[in-house]
Amino acid sequence: MSGILRPITFVLNGKRTSLRVHPLRRLLDVLREDCGLTGTKEGCGEGECGACTVLVDGRAVNSCLVPVAQAAGTKVVTIEGLRGRHPLQRAFAEHGGAQCGICTPGMIMAAAALGPRPRLEEVRTGLAGNICRCTGYEGIYRAIQKQEARSKKQEAKRQRPAPTPSPQSPVPAGRRKRR
Amino acid sequence: MTRAVGRNVVRKDGAAKAAGTALYVDDLTRPGMLHARTVRSAIPCGAITSLRLAFDTAGFTIVSARDVPGRNVVPLITDDQPCLADGRVAHAAEPILLLAHEDRERLLQARVEIGYRPEEPVFDAGRSGRVFKHVAIAKGDIEAGLAEADLVIEGEYRTGHQEHLYIEPNGMLAIPEGGGVTVVGSLQCPYYVHRALTVLLGLPDDKVRVVQAETGGGFGGKEEYPSMIAGHACLLALKSGRPVKLVYDRVEDMLATTKRHPSVVRHRTGVTRDGRITAMDIDVLMDGGAYCTLSPVVLSRGCLHATGPYRCDHVRVDGRVVMTNTPPNGAFRGFGAPQTLFAVEAHMDRIAGELGMDPLRLREMNALRPGDTTATGQVLGLDTAALEVLRAAAARSGYRRKRRAYRGTNRGIGLSLFFHGAGFTGSGEVKLQSRASLELTPSGVRVLVASTDIGQGQRTVHAQIVADTLGIPYDAVEVAVADTARVPDSGPTVASRTTMVVGGLLRQCAAEMKQRLGRLTPAAYLRAHGPLTVTRQYEPPPGLVWDDDTYQGSAYGSFGWACDVIEVERDPVTEEIRPTRVTTAQDIGRAIFPLGVRGQIEGGTAQGLGYALTEEVILREGAMANAQLTNYIVPTTLDTPPIDVVLVEKPYRHGPFGAKGVGEMPFDGVAPAVVNAIRSLGIDVREVPATPERVMAAPRLRESGFGIRDSSVTLRRRQLTVARRPGARRR
Repeated sequence: MSGILRPITFVLNGKRTSLRVHPLRRLLDVLREDCGLTGTKEGCGEGECGACTVLVDGRAVNSCLVPVAQAAGTKVVTIEGLRGRHPLQRAFAEHGGAQCGICTPGMIMAAAALGPRPRLEEVRTGLAGNICRCTGYEGIYRAIQKQEARSKKQEAKRQRPAPTPSPQSPVPAGRRKRR
Repeated sequence: MTRAVGRNVVRKDGAAKAAGTALYVDDLTRPGMLHARTVRSAIPCGAITSLRLAFDTAGFTIVSARDVPGRNVVPLITDDQPCLADGRVAHAAEPILLLAHEDRERLLQARVEIGYRPEEPVFDAGRSGRVFKHVAIAKGDIEAGLAEADLVIEGEYRTGHQEHLYIEPNGMLAIPEGGGVTVVGSLQCPYYVHRALTVLLGLPDDKVRVVQAETGGGFGGKEEYPSMIAGHACLLALKSGRPVKLVYDRVEDMLATTKRHPSVVRHRTGVTRDGRITAMDIDVLMDGGAYCTLSPVVLSRGCLHATGPYRCDHVRVDGRVVMTNTPPNGAFRGFGAPQTLFAVEAHMDRIAGELGMDPLRLREMNALRPGDTTATGQVLGLDTAALEVLRAAAARSGYRRKRRAYRGTNRGIGLSLFFHGAGFTGSGEVKLQSRASLELTPSGVRVLVASTDIGQGQRTVHAQIVADTLGIPYDAVEVAVADTARVPDSGPTVASRTTMVVGGLLRQCAAEMKQRLGRLTPAAYLRAHGPLTVTRQYEPPPGLVWDDDTYQGSAYGSFGWACDVIEVERDPVTEEIRPTRVTTAQDIGRAIFPLGVRGQIEGGTAQGLGYALTEEVILREGAMANAQLTNYIVPTTLDTPPIDVVLVEKPYRHGPFGAKGVGEMPFDGVAPAVVNAIRSLGIDVREVPATPERVMAAPRLRESGFGIRDSSVTLRRRQLTVARRPGARRR
């Protein structure tokens, strides 16, 4: 999207991030293309499938429906912000929560917003905006129910900012993982 | 000893997927990369009369049919489908022109004006003048079988299109290199794409390389269509000399790519008064869409499953798949079987109703047993488990008790009994000549196969089979990326064949490698003897004979068997049917990776619930009118009930560790079980999806005894005189 660029600042995965972007660009595209965080996926582009779910100030949102201007001044957490260490990530890998994996990052972010020990009914309601075509959801429920109680140590680690690439030198999509 | 097989190991790709680091095609970029777009037809049928580029073409790469260096086809069974329309179009959303530019905004804004001379389209399969394939199966004497019957019951059953709705839309990245081209993309069958590209581009085999990116679901939807997209990306890449990424958005994916074949299946069944089936006369019609694609094979599988898992001495199946001016239909989980199994299983409940018989009892009486012969004369082996799954699902679900308890309420319960042949039909596996290899690494072995992991767990299952055959740890087995420059052609990742057939080849490779290694560790062997690769090619199990012309012989090496019991609740105001519980018992032979098997069964069941109730493709002028997730409704967490899975493991003696296939079967029986549950509410639905509108419009049945009788459509041969007492069982 060409046209007027505006400076926008937000906290991305614990790190203060400033970008010059068109304010109406989708948060999803800014995360994937400008910030190189391709863990957030696009499944439908109309806010139905939830593959692009990220946390904005702790709430799960569809980043395909959020103009980046709305993220200004917020705290944004993507799947990369969990750094592979969130108990949900291990549980999804071990208990059949992930099959093809394309819904998985969004599913984990939506589940993370539910807190450590959600009841099954809370999970069903909380994930109703995230479509999985592989699992029939049973594997996802099993994973969420089996996530280990988060230890204090893990909790403390989570508070620390996660390393993110310098937003001033955007990393092309797909490159980040190899670093 | 099995240390990995049968255990819930950690799936090979689990951690990367959960971390968000697994790379799908849209996550990849290359320096100097262009983005691409496909310009498509706006009419269903006609000639293209003019084409005008109404934009500044500076910086654009533009490709039309004239730029195809090889043959302008997507080669498959018949080469009737052009890769780019040349002068005329046969369906809406047919690709006509390709554009590429480095700026996506400019690409999307580019306007192309196309003039057409429309022709009269054909949308109704029943009126199509072109038959892609005709299949005829005959056993015994159908007229004699009907004459033997006390009662002949007829019925017509319909199924609609279905969209795969893998959550990752289709996409390809093409990179010109080394005088040829490399494509990386979302796909199931690397060698299908490879062959398509050599034909389209006129390049030798070694100048085309196809690599699978992480693939976000397929379900058959990435079996044949990726050949088209890869072709488009390559044409642009070769013309521009730059990498080109072509990724569909959701709307385009739904508008343009393949769907499940709609069907109309007619049954005429003879039964004796005590419930024995004497004759099955079945007519199958499928809508193939504008081009042939895989339709002949879909029809074939549909016809081979059309009788359901029942013994019958006199069978006639007559099937046709025809052309209409709609986007071509193609492979989709089940591959023709869900359509015909829907018909026969809905029909069985109507027969039970006519006889005043418990549908469970009717199925018990007629279910195939070991030693029985199918419609093609295949003698079934000891791994035939129809009765076991039927009884297991009935017992686990409390079917009989609930059937009585729900009478007169808005709750219903229905069941379906079904089977699914694993692997390619008939002689298909022999023709494929699939190969698989194992390569020694310093710390273990590497699996080299063209099978792709599209979420079903191929990497994991293959590693388990190899680990236990070699007697090495699961973690010592690597699985190579499906890359045609590195792996042999193991055939396509379809037809529930990846575990049973390709896994079987790997088991042979591992056994040979174990012998070659002797007492040496992999590292010691490499030091002493140098590199070691073992390759095996498919050979059919002894006694597996099939005749493509007569449709006689062993259609499949083995069948899986399954029974679904589905409970529903009807909203009396909106006529919405909500599934409340699914109990399913499935025999898939030995479960190599039980967690993965469960995932396949649960996921296939959920996809089947969408097919049964909500997923309706609405076509207007031959184009999908609801090509978005807002109004094409797939099951969410709130629409998917608890799914209780019972595994019945009847090992197949020629499968690796006794495994059969599992990918497709879980889908097959869902729609009929749902419709039978609706029938138990006294509502006569014979078409899916059973939307509230269809349920509202459906005839109501009057109850009579245990079963529920139709008021119509039966042709009586002789007067039926059987007492109908509630709960009566007859022997």
